[in-house]
Amino acid sequence: MKRVASLVVAVLVLGTLLYAQNPLTVTGAGASFPYPIYSKWFDEFHAKNANVQFNYQSVGSGAGIKQVTEGTVDFGASDMPMTDELIKAFQDKRGTGILHFPAVLGAAVPTYNIPGVTATLNFTPEALVGIYLGKITKWNDAAIASANKGVTLPANDIVVVHRSDGSGTTFIWTDYLSKVSSEWKNKGGSINWPVGLGGKGSEGVTGLIKSTPNSIGYVELIYAVQNNVPFGAVKNAAGTFVKADLASVSAAAAAAAKDMPADFRVSITNAAGAKAYPISSFTWLLIPQKWQDAGKREAVKKFLYWMLADGQKDTEALSYAKLPKEVADKEKKAVDSIQ
Amino acid sequence: MNARLRWRKFVSNFMLGLTGVCALVSVGVLFLILGYLLYNGGTSINWDFFTQLPKPVGETGGGMANAIVGSAKLLLAASLIGVPIGFFGGIYLSEFSGSFTASVVRYAADLLNGVPSIVIGIFAYTVVVLPFKHFSTLAGAFALGIMMIPITLRSTEEFLKSVPRNLREGSMALGASKWRTISSVVVPAAYRGILTAILLALARVAGETAPLLFTAFGNRYWSNGWTQPTASLPVMIFNYAVSPYEDWHRQAWAAGLVLLGLILIINIVARTILARGIAVPRS
Amino acid sequence: MKGAGPSVGSRSLLSRLATGDEFARLVTLIFAASVVLITVMVVWQLWTNSVLPRHKFGLRFLISDVWDPLADQFGALPFMYGTLVTSAVALLLAVPLGIGAAIFLAELAPPRISDTLQFFIDLLAAVPSVIYGLLGFLVVVPLMRTVIFPVLNKSLGFLPLFKGPSYGVGFLTAGIVLAMMVIPYIISVSREVLLSVPRDQREAALALGSTRWESTWKVVVPFARTGIMGSIFLALARALGETMAVTMVIGNTPKVVASLFSPGYSIAAVIANEFTEATGDLYVQSLFELGLVLFLMTFILNGLARLLIIVTTQRGSGVGNA
Repeated sequence: MKRVASLVVAVLVLGTLLYAQNPLTVTGAGASFPYPIYSKWFDEFHAKNANVQFNYQSVGSGAGIKQVTEGTVDFGASDMPMTDELIKAFQDKRGTGILHFPAVLGAAVPTYNIPGVTATLNFTPEALVGIYLGKITKWNDAAIASANKGVTLPANDIVVVHRSDGSGTTFIWTDYLSKVSSEWKNKGGSINWPVGLGGKGSEGVTGLIKSTPNSIGYVELIYAVQNNVPFGAVKNAAGTFVKADLASVSAAAAAAAKDMPADFRVSITNAAGAKAYPISSFTWLLIPQKWQDAGKREAVKKFLYWMLADGQKDTEALSYAKLPKEVADKEKKAVDSIQ
Repeated sequence: MNARLRWRKFVSNFMLGLTGVCALVSVGVLFLILGYLLYNGGTSINWDFFTQLPKPVGETGGGMANAIVGSAKLLLAASLIGVPIGFFGGIYLSEFSGSFTASVVRYAADLLNGVPSIVIGIFAYTVVVLPFKHFSTLAGAFALGIMMIPITLRSTEEFLKSVPRNLREGSMALGASKWRTISSVVVPAAYRGILTAILLALARVAGETAPLLFTAFGNRYWSNGWTQPTASLPVMIFNYAVSPYEDWHRQAWAAGLVLLGLILIINIVARTILARGIAVPRS
Repeated sequence: MKGAGPSVGSRSLLSRLATGDEFARLVTLIFAASVVLITVMVVWQLWTNSVLPRHKFGLRFLISDVWDPLADQFGALPFMYGTLVTSAVALLLAVPLGIGAAIFLAELAPPRISDTLQFFIDLLAAVPSVIYGLLGFLVVVPLMRTVIFPVLNKSLGFLPLFKGPSYGVGFLTAGIVLAMMVIPYIISVSREVLLSVPRDQREAALALGSTRWESTWKVVVPFARTGIMGSIFLALARALGETMAVTMVIGNTPKVVASLFSPGYSIAAVIANEFTEATGDLYVQSLFELGLVLFLMTFILNGLARLLIIVTTQRGSGVGNA
């Protein structure tokens, strides 16, 4: 009997060792927000280029930056641009620079669950800041009610929900709050939340909102759309209340497209433009400048060219806004600089 | 029958009935979980699930074939690391060691058991992944294997110790050496408990996600050999469960069912293979 | 039990090794020693990777409840508190249930039923922690909000432990989920140990006129005491280190409050949440130091529990030593 068992084991072992072809694999790690579109892209690209596989895992923006700096993955992805110190750390460790390539656009939206309220609420920047600072505690507070005439808001306590894991979505949200409120900026509210429950992942936040009456939280647009949770409109820099959708997010990027810096690290929260949604952001692929492995380098460059052209066609079906044309064109030139 | 006896009988029946309730509650939890998994994921289990690679969202179908194979590989390698250390270590504690060494080793095992799985993952990352600069099945198996050690060790020791003295003495009286006694008499007598412990340890690590995130990493495709990143069921479940897509949620539940099924099969197979003819020590 | 054999010391190492016994002793010693080695390596990693916060905060780390990455202020208190509270709740629920179930399975149930039920219970240990987290979230949290909280708050609300409000997530919820996760360990191991208690112990008690329950509770269970305690250790360790499931139902808010309904945080949960995104050496190393603190807590708890065993164990009872 023991002999049979060991035979089975041997077969299993051998079988897994001899697996068919050995295509080139490029590994990447990072943001979870764009994971759906990245997995679609890599799959499509692999269908067209059977000898190349892109293996991307969504372990979080910060983790993506760390792993690409350590060299355990070939490229990273992040919802927030790398700071100068992180770029320098990468340079010191790997001996080459790192390039940021915007891939798609996303948005953070305020979702809520108020019994009896089915309308789309309008939120002013002051209201959002006040709620998250813990200063506005009831739903029928003047700051909220004044923007929502015609909606009866109950006098219930607001249950604030935020992300417990640091993430790109949190970064977008707090980046916006810092831009519209010096008090938030000075208090440095990000991560050290003054009030509220922490949900794990956007899924956790969505779940908490759905099951907790009188709650408010922020999630990516996709989550709100896919899970059918109501989300509100936010007043943008031009004074209009805009609800997040593909058009308004693209509008936010269009304004930034003209002044896009060469390294593509830009924040587009609170963007100018009448139709712009103020809590939008790019998400970036982080690609090292110099590559040792020529095969991988060519594969990455080919992918990037493809992503900036054909790839953009897939975004809208998955609720991501595509890149403005000017930005995509600028990026194509930057791809050339990868060695 | 006097009053006191009646009371004692009543207490006896009552308490024993209570233990039945406890068992019912415990098993009830499992059925609740199984029911949930079946209800939510049952529809996603089909032939494709077992044979196809994952498809990106928006496309129906696709499966978790690579994650199933990946988990099987990880568990196999983890057992090869964790079981020998736990098993032979347990033999040492029970049969050979002095009480001081035994306490030290036991204490160390208990401490190891209390380390959060994510810290073990980080440890494995620092020791196996960083030096070689890539994620691999082996790194994942290393992390899981470490987690198997404490349960295997403590339980092997406990069950070996529970073998009655006279069995040992009888064997030695017949002239067997100490090692012969251990291997032919003591271990077979305790095999049931030891096997239970090993399977328990295996079940525990089969469902762990955190240690795999930075060791085995994950893979949308097949993983060749042992030095590549590999998909695994727990990580797939995690990724799919926290996504916004209904279809992926259902696949996550289905994967949970498959994982339980995998453990069940291993349980059955192991118990059947090892139950044959070991109850009576052979000479 | 020391090996019986020729007197040691009169022969060289090699010739001693030639004896099967000495060789076996050496090999198994190596395996046992590797357990200690691995544990030491893990602690070493935690120690060296937490050097910055240790120097900066010293022992203040253990009593500070401020966790502010932006201001570079880190304190472990809320996380230690949450870990202890959730594990205590988990054990309070799981130990009676688990031992009760184990007694039923070992003493009362006919062998086939006992084996079948044990099969199922073993499966509980294989459920991924993510699924426990999800189910905790989907089932226990609403249950907490709609049923458990109102009942407990009304009847026992005068105790600080049960004061409201409740959002569904919190210490008690996490404790309940943890209890479900650790029960299989208690049941599996306790049942096996109870089954291995020699028949004559039971029969002697029954022959002396005790009822079934009395013979079980007063003779069999004490005989299996150390094995059962061992299973409780396993359960405790699991509860202390559980990551995924806890973070989904505890509310992830670093707070030290008496109410069991309040959201809180645990060490493993905060490491899981913040490790991948932590930037800056002090931040990352503070998370490592939290891991070290958890290790220390396990160390102390294990020590206390062992003392308890030594104090309560009578001579001649029980299977083996502590």
